[in-house]
Amino acid sequence: MRTDLLGDPIDGLDEALAAVDAFDDALVTGLLRPQPAQTDGLAALAAALGGTPLAALVAEAADKAAAGAAGEDHFVALAAGRTALLGSVHDALTARVREATGRPAAEEPAQPVDGEEPVANVLSAARAWLCDLARAGWRGIDHELVGGAAPVVSAMLPEPRLRRQATLLDGFSAELAASCPGATLERVPVRRWADLWSRALLLTLPGAARTPAGSTATGRLLPLGVDVQEHATAVQAQVHAVFEPADGTPPRLVRAAVSAPKPDTVVGAGLWQLLRPRMSLLAAVSEGRAMELDAMPVTAEGDLVWDDARARAGEPAEPFATARVALAAAGDPVTAPLDRHPARLAVPVLLEGYAAEREDDGPLTFAVAGHRLAVDTDRVPAAGPLTPEAIAASGACLGLLRWDAGEFLLQPLAVETTVRKKTVAVHAGAWAGGTTDKAGVRAEKAATDAVAVLRERAGKLLRS
Amino acid sequence: MFRRSGVNNPFDVHGRSALPVWERSSAARVVPPARPRKLAKVPFVELADGRLQGVVSSGSDTGRVYVSSIAAGTYAFACSTNNNRPCGGARGSFCNHIRALVTEAFLQYGAQRVARYLKADTSDTEPDAHALVAAMAATRPAQGDTSAAAPVFSRLLRHLAYLEREPATGPLPEMQWFPPTRAAA
Repeated sequence: MRTDLLGDPIDGLDEALAAVDAFDDALVTGLLRPQPAQTDGLAALAAALGGTPLAALVAEAADKAAAGAAGEDHFVALAAGRTALLGSVHDALTARVREATGRPAAEEPAQPVDGEEPVANVLSAARAWLCDLARAGWRGIDHELVGGAAPVVSAMLPEPRLRRQATLLDGFSAELAASCPGATLERVPVRRWADLWSRALLLTLPGAARTPAGSTATGRLLPLGVDVQEHATAVQAQVHAVFEPADGTPPRLVRAAVSAPKPDTVVGAGLWQLLRPRMSLLAAVSEGRAMELDAMPVTAEGDLVWDDARARAGEPAEPFATARVALAAAGDPVTAPLDRHPARLAVPVLLEGYAAEREDDGPLTFAVAGHRLAVDTDRVPAAGPLTPEAIAASGACLGLLRWDAGEFLLQPLAVETTVRKKTVAVHAGAWAGGTTDKAGVRAEKAATDAVAVLRERAGKLLRS
Repeated sequence: MFRRSGVNNPFDVHGRSALPVWERSSAARVVPPARPRKLAKVPFVELADGRLQGVVSSGSDTGRVYVSSIAAGTYAFACSTNNNRPCGGARGSFCNHIRALVTEAFLQYGAQRVARYLKADTSDTEPDAHALVAAMAATRPAQGDTSAAAPVFSRLLRHLAYLEREPATGPLPEMQWFPPTRAAA
């Protein structure tokens, strides 16, 4: 891998992000009565989109918003403009990552298929709430305003086709609620909340959450590692893997996700317990096995839509062996147009021959080929054997290349360390399918007890 | 499980963050995850609506729960059953349900976050639950009305309903914005 390329400047990146930041800053104090600095921010977004198909739409929306007279359509147009800009940032970063890894890209996904649309009422309620948020600004949030999301989320959760919207709004509104009142916040996560706001707003549009037409996958699946994502009331585990089609077509990278809503007190090993029964792949990951897939549905973005009936356990397959043998030639999936955002970047890479460095209390970095790559050890799930100490002492690292706040980061999925002259692999997702590790068993027991209490309470109170 | 990290705690607003520029980060950690705790005594606790509030299991009747709360700033307290009968212990001062609520809130959210939310003046950097309860009780807080009991109870039911939802395998791309963190409250 050409890690040296990751530190090089990218043409136009700073300009695009400056326009995004200018708009994001306008959301901090809200668009009810915009001040001159805010109207400048709106104008910067519109200017950055000049010459694109969105130009006229965003310019009009920016004008209306600058006058404090933006309606829902105008807010949607601004969110779309911001999303398009970050989409271009995503594309530039993806091109750079491709140069660094030297891997081929998979085919462009097809257009989304028309599908049955979920109920619109709750989506318009979500849109109205999000527009009120933009008017109030992050400094203007209070419990009453933020509480407006609760009925929307409650109405969305039972509808599987609205899971994406519900999960996003739930996590976003919980964060806002914990930050109320906005007026006394010490600092505001400016880009993050603008990201979540614009994403949530676009997902209220018909067809926005539609997935591109998919196909099926038959062949061998070789897991590389597990990435866990969680907020207070949701968890998702995503397995990254190399897929070798049985028909002899080139191998490609795929993902398989399983997610669940959860009470906020279910944490750590409890997350694995919620997800484990729904996806046999998690057990295969813990056992270090490949899986044989038979006509498993897969989206054009390379996401397997897992069905246990279409998978069976295969031969032992060690992720580092997979990475060394198969990763370099595996095609990277292509992200659907609306999903393009730097936060979506999560590219499996194998790093070897680096020097782990840590200055004072700063973040861990891997120095390789003259470039220092920051290591995001905080993303490694606590319910697993992989620790920041093991990462710092490692000689090889299998991870996800990400980008955040202006730089590339490495999220470790597994490392190789040397223990008594023998090479040992430690995997972040080792406990996904269960564990005999002492600390792991204790964590599992505590999590089982917690869920048992909640189920017992739910049994008594929900039905009384 | 959740180790406390003195360095690189992304929630430490005064310290150095692991992320380069927090304000310009899409993956900035804003709310630390709950710390694991035993739920039998206090199945539900939250910092919401300007109160520390939650639901405490009755020691004698397994079908009964108490809805308890303390208001931020004034420490006005309330405790009643889910059928809106007043708690016998909460006359004039904190009952044992409220004490248990504070203890479990400390475990779940960390002492500092609870004390800060309640606007309790703790010169101690790591206050303990007993000391905080004593300090709040010493201000002779007023007994609040129990009108909050119904909304708190419905929030508990909403919370429990999450367990009823089935896991799904359709990808949720938006979860990329919610990375885990090893730093607890």
